[in-house]
Amino acid sequence: MAYFLILFPLLVAMAAYLVASPDLRSRLLPVAGTLHLAVLLVALRHWGTLPINAWLGLDALGAWVLLVVSVLFCICAFYAPSYLALRADRDNRIFCVSLLSFLGLASLLAQARHPGVAWVAMETTTLVTAPLIYFNRNRRSLEATWKYLLIGSVGIALALLGTLFLAYAAHFGGLEEPLQYTRLMLNADLLSRPWLRAAFVLSLVGYGTKMGLAPLHTWKPDAYGETPGIVGALLAGGVTSCAFLALLRIYGIVVAAGEGKFAQELLVGFGVFSMAWAMVFMVRQMDFKRMLAYSSVEHMGILVFGIGIGGMAARFALFHLAANALVKSVLFLSAGNIHRSYASKTLPHVTGAIRRTPVSGWLFLIGFLAITGLPPFAPFISEFNIAAGAFTTGHAWAGTTFLVLLAGIFIAMSETVLKVVFGTPSHQRVRTHYSDTVATTAPLIVALCLAGLLGVWLPKPMQTLLEHAVATVDGKAHPRQVHLVPPVEVQHE
Amino acid sequence: MSPDFLIALTLISNFMLVATSRVNKAIQIVVVQGVLLGLIPLAMGLGKYFHILLVVLAALVVKGWLIPFLLRRAIREVHIQREVDPYIGYTVSLMLCALGTGLSLILAHMLPLKAGTPVVLLVPAALATLFTGFLVLVSRRKALTQVVGYLVLENGIYLFGLLLVEEMPLLVETGILLDLFVGVFVMGIVINHIRNAFDSTDTRHLAELKD
Repeated sequence: MAYFLILFPLLVAMAAYLVASPDLRSRLLPVAGTLHLAVLLVALRHWGTLPINAWLGLDALGAWVLLVVSVLFCICAFYAPSYLALRADRDNRIFCVSLLSFLGLASLLAQARHPGVAWVAMETTTLVTAPLIYFNRNRRSLEATWKYLLIGSVGIALALLGTLFLAYAAHFGGLEEPLQYTRLMLNADLLSRPWLRAAFVLSLVGYGTKMGLAPLHTWKPDAYGETPGIVGALLAGGVTSCAFLALLRIYGIVVAAGEGKFAQELLVGFGVFSMAWAMVFMVRQMDFKRMLAYSSVEHMGILVFGIGIGGMAARFALFHLAANALVKSVLFLSAGNIHRSYASKTLPHVTGAIRRTPVSGWLFLIGFLAITGLPPFAPFISEFNIAAGAFTTGHAWAGTTFLVLLAGIFIAMSETVLKVVFGTPSHQRVRTHYSDTVATTAPLIVALCLAGLLGVWLPKPMQTLLEHAVATVDGKAHPRQVHLVPPVEVQHE
Repeated sequence: MSPDFLIALTLISNFMLVATSRVNKAIQIVVVQGVLLGLIPLAMGLGKYFHILLVVLAALVVKGWLIPFLLRRAIREVHIQREVDPYIGYTVSLMLCALGTGLSLILAHMLPLKAGTPVVLLVPAALATLFTGFLVLVSRRKALTQVVGYLVLENGIYLFGLLLVEEMPLLVETGILLDLFVGVFVMGIVINHIRNAFDSTDTRHLAELKD
């Protein structure tokens, strides 16, 4: 099962490379996405039975993140064929291969039980997503790709150093390979504190760069602005979630070692700073795709903020991962449709989308309201509860700042969004042949409905999954695992 | 040769790199540094492990020959000789590099080493080299010099890896090799595209995207 989830998308990627017809190639995406999701749903039943010394396998946290990524991939995959048909002038071979490889490597990352394996998966995820950003093959997309690769590689290099520091922390305490996460957590007392702290800081900076936390987010507006909406959706909800997972794993070890307080302060600080930075750049943002990129910076900030507050807020931060991915896919894909219709993504040229592309216009508007916290959508539940968690755990200042920033971001975003959706038509508008079809809007409607459904009802098995995932983040090795296998004896030198 | 002597030479090469304005010279320095780093594990007596020898050999071939070859080819075709007006001037860069090296020594002092570690200079040297690479990366305009900066940053991680390579060869070696792979293939490919699109590898052309 574990190997199937990783290898199946990679095999389909190989098939996609060999297929000659672009149409057939793009249709492989929804097939692969659906099968991956189906197998994952079956595999989810076994997440509690992971042996302690496994190198690969789903635990609660990994299963939750992979579920989010797989659903997001499905939404994007069903959208992809109609989008690629609109861009028939571009060769979609590399594009499809990269998308499918990403799914395989995300599965590897989610199932990796060793920090080294997780790092390799994160690095390769960066590599396979780079060609996606260069899809338009012009100077602007080249610049975006260059920044993405250069800044991303530096971040990943720092994360590698963090991983090596973590290994040295274990080596210092007499704990040798294999250093699986569970083993590190169960023997966290042995880890050298200075090295562990340094490892966490480096991982936060390294994986934080991949997540796009301010001030390490500078690649994000460029990359999201220049890529097709579908890639933006996958980066904002998929790649960032993967990096967040890699960071959470290290955080769990730090908490298990009793150094949680130190890590939490850093996370809350980074979270507030990211939200504030994003708000500043969203004010009077003329480019609505860049605005969405800053919104992504904001939501990465919310994620680490929630984890930093801990308790109930941490639980809803994990929930927010799903909420963010679903609503971001609606926003990026509808923004992509509007971009197609107007052949532009900047404000004076794009106004009154609600008349020209009514469905995409409405979806963009509702998506905006959902992401900024309109009930009953899922982001409302998570944002509300993260704030509540901050107030009930004595972080009154952090909670107040959080709410003020959310309100500020709502105001800053609404100006741009309202102009795009309702604005009076300008003379500079260009009309293209694009108009909304079922194929380019139905996946978005499904995603929006899912986000609404999650806001009112979380199925029981998913609640259990989420609770166990939070326990892992809180540094508790999985309870069922602990009962199954006694802690490993450690030899002191 | 003692490993400490080689590490000292590596640190000197950091300063030379920061002070040079000629792209060609920067590439030469990175080659020299790559060779020095290849010699350190041998001087530490790690040459008895076959797998470490292989990684050292791979690092030497890639850093000492393949990457310089790609970079030099790019230089010839776009006629770049000098790094013109970097974001941070050479004198300031030198001072920052000295400051970074000093800070690395202090920082390394706060991280305890396991008793019996033979080469105590590895950690400060690794941090100083990492810092130098970062400095070059953010302060230069040419894509080529930025790649040089990335390579030096990676050299810093390699140095730290030497501390662990005997105990955890798999982790360290995979990391080093994969990082090398990124350096060569990806940056090489993108530089090629930049060259074709702009007839130059000055990243100033890559400044259309901003707020």
